[in-house]
Amino acid sequence: MGQADQRHKSALSPTTDEMKLVFPARPMAVRQALQASMTGLARLNLTVDEQGIIEIVLAEVLNNVVEHAYAHHKKGVIELRVKRMSDSLNFTVLDDGVPFPKGNLPAHPSHTLAGPVEDLPEGGFGWSLIRDLTKDLHYVRSDVRNRLDFSIALADTRIS
Amino acid sequence: MELAHTDTAEARVITVGEHRIDAAIAISFKDRMRELTDGGPNRVIVDMTQVDFIDSSGLGAIVAALKQVGPDKSFELAGLSGTVQKVFKLTRMDTVFTIHPAIDIALGGPVADVG
Repeated sequence: MGQADQRHKSALSPTTDEMKLVFPARPMAVRQALQASMTGLARLNLTVDEQGIIEIVLAEVLNNVVEHAYAHHKKGVIELRVKRMSDSLNFTVLDDGVPFPKGNLPAHPSHTLAGPVEDLPEGGFGWSLIRDLTKDLHYVRSDVRNRLDFSIALADTRIS
Repeated sequence: MELAHTDTAEARVITVGEHRIDAAIAISFKDRMRELTDGGPNRVIVDMTQVDFIDSSGLGAIVAALKQVGPDKSFELAGLSGTVQKVFKLTRMDTVFTIHPAIDIALGGPVADVG
């Protein structure tokens, strides 16, 4: 596979409906991958709101892989695939880290904000954001690999 | 970590010079906020105008900063961009924080005075 082919696949264009990014599972690499993802989606007619949703969801999913799946693995790699559908984008995130506890996605946390300030939660927001902003969220562990699929609905999926 | 501060007669304004408050900088953000809110005026306003993006780790760091400040000081936010506002709203943290549309409004508006 030539380099031109690789570049071609890191962005959605009128001639390709799929893109793929592979990057190290580290916080700064995730930051760069988010930037690359948004650049790769630049030719879609996304609203500012949709761009925000996509970036929030990807940040939560990818950072979760870094912090949990690869918590004790410094050289982990993450693969992100995006496929353009008629009314949504379908995302697949693959990693070779440890599986989710008990093989399932975390339950919807029900944190309360009603108590005193010192009891406010400082975490646990990630999965509620992911669940609120995606549909068809599905996790499967096969052999040594985690696979998370989800989609994000879009008003207009045309490419310019 | 780009955090600058200036003190007015009544408030310490902390200006976030980062475009992102995310997992990559959440811990250093929290630590630096602790230094900047330790001492100084009793009203702290964090100007977030330059922040385009925040993730749940960054949000956690801001909640931690609120908790560090303690009950004797007011800890407020100003100038939340669209995506940052969205994260606050979805997590309902917009109901926990005092949020001003912009820093000049925060400074020019009426100050809650219980004394």
